[in-house]
Amino acid sequence: MILGLYNYWIVIILMMIGFYIVIAHGNLIKKIVGLTIFQTSVFIFYISMAKVDEGTAPILAEGINQYSNPLPHVLILTAIVVGIATTALALALAVRIKEAYGSIEEKDIQEKDNLDC
Amino acid sequence: MKDLFAVIMLTGIYSLLSASFFVAMDAVDVAFTEAAVGAGVSTLLMLVAITITGRSENPARHKPFLALAVVIVTGSLLIYGTLDMPHFGSSLAPIHQHVTPRYINDSMQEIGVPNIVTSVLASYRAFDTFGEVVVIFTAGIGVLALLMVVRRPEDIEKINFLNESMHEKHLILRIVTKTLIPFIMLFALYVQFHGDFGPGGGFQAGVIFAAAIFLYTMVFGMATARRVINQSFIRILAAVGVLLYGSVGVVSMLNGKEFFDYSALASDPVAGQHLGILLIELGVGCTVTAVMVIIFFNFADRKEKSQHNENKGS
Amino acid sequence: MLTHLPVLQVIVPLMAAPLCLLLNRPRLVWLFTLIVSGLAFVISGLLLQQVLTSGTIIYDLGGWDAPWGIEYRIDLLNAYLLVIISAISTVVLFAAHTSIREEIPASRHTLFYILYLLTFAGMLGIVATGDAFNVFVFLEISSLSAYALIALGKDRRALWASFQYLIMGTIGATFILIGIGLMYQMTGTLNMEDLSKLLPDVEQTRTVFTAFAFVIVGICLKLAMFPLHLWLPNAYAYAPSIVTAFLAATATKVAIYLLIRFTFSIFNLSFSFTHVPLQILFLVLGLAGIFVASTTAIYQTNVKQLFAYSSIAQIGYMIVGFSVSSVAGLTATLLHLFNHALMKSALFLALGAVMYRIGSTQLSQFQGLGRQMPLTMAAIVVGGLSLIGVPLTVGFVSKWYLVVAMIENGWWPVAVLILLGSLLAVVYVWRIVEVAYFKPALASTKTIKEAPLAFLIPVWVLVIANIYFGIDTRFSVEVAHAASMNLFQGLSGVNR
Repeated sequence: MILGLYNYWIVIILMMIGFYIVIAHGNLIKKIVGLTIFQTSVFIFYISMAKVDEGTAPILAEGINQYSNPLPHVLILTAIVVGIATTALALALAVRIKEAYGSIEEKDIQEKDNLDC
Repeated sequence: MKDLFAVIMLTGIYSLLSASFFVAMDAVDVAFTEAAVGAGVSTLLMLVAITITGRSENPARHKPFLALAVVIVTGSLLIYGTLDMPHFGSSLAPIHQHVTPRYINDSMQEIGVPNIVTSVLASYRAFDTFGEVVVIFTAGIGVLALLMVVRRPEDIEKINFLNESMHEKHLILRIVTKTLIPFIMLFALYVQFHGDFGPGGGFQAGVIFAAAIFLYTMVFGMATARRVINQSFIRILAAVGVLLYGSVGVVSMLNGKEFFDYSALASDPVAGQHLGILLIELGVGCTVTAVMVIIFFNFADRKEKSQHNENKGS
Repeated sequence: MLTHLPVLQVIVPLMAAPLCLLLNRPRLVWLFTLIVSGLAFVISGLLLQQVLTSGTIIYDLGGWDAPWGIEYRIDLLNAYLLVIISAISTVVLFAAHTSIREEIPASRHTLFYILYLLTFAGMLGIVATGDAFNVFVFLEISSLSAYALIALGKDRRALWASFQYLIMGTIGATFILIGIGLMYQMTGTLNMEDLSKLLPDVEQTRTVFTAFAFVIVGICLKLAMFPLHLWLPNAYAYAPSIVTAFLAATATKVAIYLLIRFTFSIFNLSFSFTHVPLQILFLVLGLAGIFVASTTAIYQTNVKQLFAYSSIAQIGYMIVGFSVSSVAGLTATLLHLFNHALMKSALFLALGAVMYRIGSTQLSQFQGLGRQMPLTMAAIVVGGLSLIGVPLTVGFVSKWYLVVAMIENGWWPVAVLILLGSLLAVVYVWRIVEVAYFKPALASTKTIKEAPLAFLIPVWVLVIANIYFGIDTRFSVEVAHAASMNLFQGLSGVNR
């Protein structure tokens, strides 16, 4: 069983590393990096689901009769684009926050907000 | 790690490694997209962002115990969930038995395109892909709304920092770039139109085309790039891409079939499928190129503005 | 054209967004957006009528039948939500042109309307679809545009609020993606109806349990259910007034829709509530949300933030109604969905009028406002009464049905707790009334005039709706009840 599932376990560890970076780190850029790692690991999870032993890329060709599953590929293509869209927006926000607060560390921003109140 | 530059480069390497993993998993289209988008554009944007936000991280960190607890719980739940999963690579898994067999067996008759990923993406699940194009468009508009710098005529003369282009200094770079760019664009067009037969399609093509423009901008400077690429043209191109994609669906509806039913586009259903896929991929390519360029230019503009403000202040 | 209504509902606003970019003049763009929103409202009304007469509508996109293609599946629950979302959007847009003049720089106005249309279309798309992955795509459309909209707020805290919302929202969306992936792995399909047929065979597996957990947690992050609500107060407080008025009334409702859709229609009832201890979990968290949020609201100095915490409490009420898992309880939740949308959009729009006139929503600035902006403050008072649950307002109707559902189920202590929650609402509404009516006006150089008609008309339309639907409850109760009964019968009401 371990041999059959080790792939997924590695992916889960990668996911959790990304997740940890998002929630534990205070620097906004690091959070965005963590989010990217988290999302990429989810993609790896989906793609490893799609693989069929002895299969090839799902492009129809003569002589091949075992293909890997194309549906997760389609889903992940969409998810990759969604990921980059989120990253771009998050980076734009980080740039604006830097301009407005002078810092992109969570602690500094919260201190400045508390001073305002 | 305290140096964000190193962090970003390592993330880029992680994306590239996952792209090679995807190739090993037979996901060639995905690998292509991940390499172009994840390792390419994403890394580029993050690097541009840290030129504005600062390259190093403040080392002080708060207690990570709560975060660690949450992560351990989530991870354990996921591992618990994997215990009943079908084994990696097993061809008996439910996902290979149910919906997919029709895609593999019938897509050649129904759509006539060898790349099954393209036929699913562009025809069976075309609406998802439409949503995807809209997501990219949204990101472009969002970045515009956040970072747009309204340029007044007098500013244009004063801003010349990023225009310290490598013109005079790096002749070889200039010439090689000028030679390479048309090939890159040609490759992008190849990828765009051969998505039916091999890995490729609108997204990958759009990103590669945008990459050619980025290369030009980086070597020749923002001022030149802005003269070559008109700002309002690029925004209209982004909108036109989405509208082109949607119009294919509208035409199907006007011809009496469902939205995105390409068989309504031509007398022979398979020819209609080909036409529909061609048009929507074109729409995708237009929007992706335009939005990538918009995002990059806006980040660069913002960098110029912050540089300008720094110079004014000092 | 009538057969294409399900897809037109989403396509009309979706394609109107890039069209705005081609139009470019802000006033023209505003009118265009208003017309598109009104069209969407008309379509949703027609759809509701269709569903009420002939049952669930199914529309196969691309001509491919599900599960190989994506299908749109409009039943009573969807149609009900579509009407709510498009109605609120149209009413709120009336005041948009005037409101954003003071809050957003002119160069961004066209972009504002584009983002607004994208959020609107995204939400409609989430509600109308019958495919699980399509939900994820449109969820991201509406979320990304919402993050950008919130960040357009004047105060720099809007940027930080938007960033926090982005991080939490993306984690939630990624969790939902993981959940969908796990469900897909065990069944091989993404279509909601197909999943509901195939999941019972595998529902005892650990993978499906994990899938359920991830999807529910992801939805709860979007829902701002206690304790995952941390992004909401700041996001609502610092966003532009129109954005708050629109999102407060619609975004969380869509998340509740997803919750109901996943627990009732995709995973069936016995799995969701018996196999997984969802009932007790949601009951506890819902009640906790009501009390913690209401209490926090009492101590707020920013009125917008006060009402944002109040929203979290109201979501708590909806969760409690949901946790009962009886027809009565679900009816109460669906009713409250409608009523809360009316209440909060009226309140936040009125606050938008205040913001327009005095440039701030700090409670201290409200002194004497009852006399200077009588109509606006009266609207806020009626909205507040509705929140408390005074008879003749919609708030009373929801609370009544909720309490009745509790008693029917034998949960007397919970009914008492719900009434206690209303008392807390009295406290925070009274704070505003006291400052606005019983304190002398602030000495300031500007004379404060009543809000312009552009605000007063939509605000009072919503306020009158608050009272009207509080008295004549036939529409909301009948539709909510019918939708609730439908859900208990299962998704394939068409075929079974």
